[in-house]
Amino acid sequence: MKRFTYELSESWKIAVAQMRSNKTRSTLTALGVIIGIVAVTLMGTAIAGIQVGFDKSMAIFGDDVLYVSQWPWKPVDDWWNYRDRKKIKTEYAEPINRIISATPNSNLVVAVPTSSLLRSVKYADSEVSNVLIRGTVSDYIITSTFDFQEGRFFNELESRAGANVCVIGYDVADALFPSERPIDKSVLINGQPFKVIGVISRQGTFLGLFSLDSIVVMPLPAFQKYFSAKSDSDILVKLKDKTRLAEARDELTGIMRRVRGLAPEKKDDFSINEQQALKSTLDPIKNSIAIAGLFVTGLSLFVGAIGIMNITFVSVKERTREIGTRKALGARRRTILLQFLIESTALCLLGGFIGLTFAYAMCAGIGKAFPSFPIHFSLGLVVVSMAVSILTGLFSGFAPAWTASRLDPVAALRYE
Amino acid sequence: MRGARRPQGGGYSSNANTMNSNQIRPIGPILIDIENITKDYVMGEEIVHALRGVSLQIRSNEYIAIMGPSGSGKSTLMNMLGCLDTPTSGRYEFNGRDVSAMNDDELAAIRNREIGFVFQTFNLLPRADSLRNVELPLVYAGIDSETRRERAARVLQDVGLGDRLHHKPNELSGGQRQRVAIARALVNDPSIILADEPTGNLDSKTGEEIMALFESLYRRGHTIILVTHEADIARHARRTVHLRDGFIESDDGAVAREFEAAAAS
Repeated sequence: MKRFTYELSESWKIAVAQMRSNKTRSTLTALGVIIGIVAVTLMGTAIAGIQVGFDKSMAIFGDDVLYVSQWPWKPVDDWWNYRDRKKIKTEYAEPINRIISATPNSNLVVAVPTSSLLRSVKYADSEVSNVLIRGTVSDYIITSTFDFQEGRFFNELESRAGANVCVIGYDVADALFPSERPIDKSVLINGQPFKVIGVISRQGTFLGLFSLDSIVVMPLPAFQKYFSAKSDSDILVKLKDKTRLAEARDELTGIMRRVRGLAPEKKDDFSINEQQALKSTLDPIKNSIAIAGLFVTGLSLFVGAIGIMNITFVSVKERTREIGTRKALGARRRTILLQFLIESTALCLLGGFIGLTFAYAMCAGIGKAFPSFPIHFSLGLVVVSMAVSILTGLFSGFAPAWTASRLDPVAALRYE
Repeated sequence: MRGARRPQGGGYSSNANTMNSNQIRPIGPILIDIENITKDYVMGEEIVHALRGVSLQIRSNEYIAIMGPSGSGKSTLMNMLGCLDTPTSGRYEFNGRDVSAMNDDELAAIRNREIGFVFQTFNLLPRADSLRNVELPLVYAGIDSETRRERAARVLQDVGLGDRLHHKPNELSGGQRQRVAIARALVNDPSIILADEPTGNLDSKTGEEIMALFESLYRRGHTIILVTHEADIARHARRTVHLRDGFIESDDGAVAREFEAAAAS
C-alpha cells in the first residue's frame, strides 16, 4: 500500500513534468477536451434551463385545475371515437356549479367556462394576427396564475353584462401600444371595438413553441355575440385540495355524466384533463431532446478523448526506452500502467478545469445578455464535468497505458 | 532471498596468485546457477537459436566479463542474467530461487532488489536531476521519500558526485552521467551489478576512470558482471567467459575452480 502511494506520487510528478516540457502539445491536446467539456457543460445548463422552462410552462396550467374538454391531452390511436363526441358547451358551467354548491364536502371550488379562437387585433395602423381570443367569466382569474402589469381583470358585472371590455397579453400590448398606455384605449377585433382595461404581465412561451402573451380575454357574452362560430370551449374546474386530485376527478366525472344525462352503461363522452397528464405526455419528448443533445455534445468530447489517446500513444512510443529502463529498475506492469493513466487523466483534468471555467464565463455572459433564457449553472454540474473529465482520461489513456505496461523490457531497452 | 550477501571486505586469499594482477579470489556462495539454457527467437519465418545450451555458475564477489562478437548470444545471455527475459528451456536459479518460471512482476521485483543495471547509453531520465534518477529504484522498492533522498545522496557521494546532486543529465559529462547510472545501480544494494558495455559511449580516458570505479566497487565486495566486446575492458575482470554461436567457447572460471580445488586439498 505504501509502495502504491509512492508510485502514485511519482506518477503525478512525472505527469506534471511531462506536461511542462511539452507545453504546446499538451495545450493542443487538452483543447479537444476543453471544447468537449464546454459543449457538454453548456448542453447540461441548457437542459437544466429547458427543465426549468418546462416546469414554468406547466405551471401556467395550474396543478389544481381540471379541464373538461372534447379531446384528451395525449396522443390517441382511435381519434375517430373522439371526433364525433358532442362539443363541450360553455352552458355546462352553470349546472356544474349548481351541483358543486349542492354537494357537501365537495372537492371542487368553481367551474369556469372558456371559449377560444384565433383572430387579428387592430389598433390604429397596427395589427397583430393569430391572437388567441378567449371569452370567459370573471372567475377565470381564480383558475389562472397570471399577474397584471397594469389595470385589472373584468368584474362580475361586466362579465354578466357582456361589456365590450378586454384584457390583453403582453405581446399584444407591446405590438399595438409601443409608446402609449393601452388602458382605456379601444382595440378592434372583427371590426368590433373593445376597451382595454388590463394588461397581463409577461408569461413567456409555452415550451418555446408559442407565446402565451399573444392573448385577449373578454367577457363570455360579448365573445359569444361576435365570435360564436367555430370556437372551442372548455370548462375549467378549480380544486379545493390538489393532493386529492383523483377524488376530484371522479367527482367531476360524475357531475359531467349527470349534466350530459349519460345512461350508466354509456362511456364518458368527454375528457377530463390535468397538468399531470400533459406532463407525462411531454416528459418523454423532453427527455429525448436531452438525450439527443447530450449525445451530440458527447461526441465532441469523444473526439477530444481520441486526441488524448493518440497523444498518449505517441508519448508511449517516444518513451519506449524510458519504459524499458523503468522496467529494468524494477517497475512492475501496474506501475507503468498507472503512470500513463495518470498522465492522460492529468491532461483531461486540466482540459476539464479550463473548459469548465470557459463554460462558466459563457453561462454568465448568456445570463447577462438574455436574462429571460433560463440558464442553470450548478455545483452538481461542476462535479459531473470533473468526473466526466477523469473518466475521459481513464478511457483514453487505458489502451496506450496497457500497451506500455505490456512492453517487453528487452525490446523496449533496445528501441531506437 | 537476500541471504547470500557479498562477503564484506575480508576473505581475500593469496593461495591462487599465479595470474599476477588478475588474482583469483576465493569466492562466496553460488549466486547465479544456469544450467543448459537455450533461447530461441522467431524472426519472421526463421527460428534463431540465440543460446544453444549454456551452463554457467557465478559466485558472490566475482568480477566476470562476458565476451563475444555480435551474434554470439552475448546480449541474450545478459538479458537472461538480468532477469529481463526468461529462457526457452533450461534452469536458472538466482540465489536459490528458480527464475525461469517467474512471471513479469516477480522478475521486476528481482531486478529491483537483486540487480543493478549499468547501460552503455546510461538511460537516465532526461528531465530528472541526479538525485531523482538515483532514487528511482527505491521508489519501486517502496521506500519513503526521506530515506530515498538520504540513500541516493550518499551513493552519489560514493561515486564522487556529491556536488552534482541537482544537475540534470544534460548538465553532466558522459563520465559523470555514467557515474549517476552506477550510483542508481548501487542504491538498492543489489546482489550483482550488470554492466552492458559501460564504456562504449565514453572516450578511453573516461572509460578508464569508470573501470577504476568498478575496480573499487569490486574491492569493496560487489559482484560485477561485465558484458563487452572489448578485450581491453574485459581485462579488468578476474574471470572471462567467451561466447560464440550460442555456446560458451571458453571460461577461465573453470580453471579458477581447479585452482581452488587444488588449494583446498
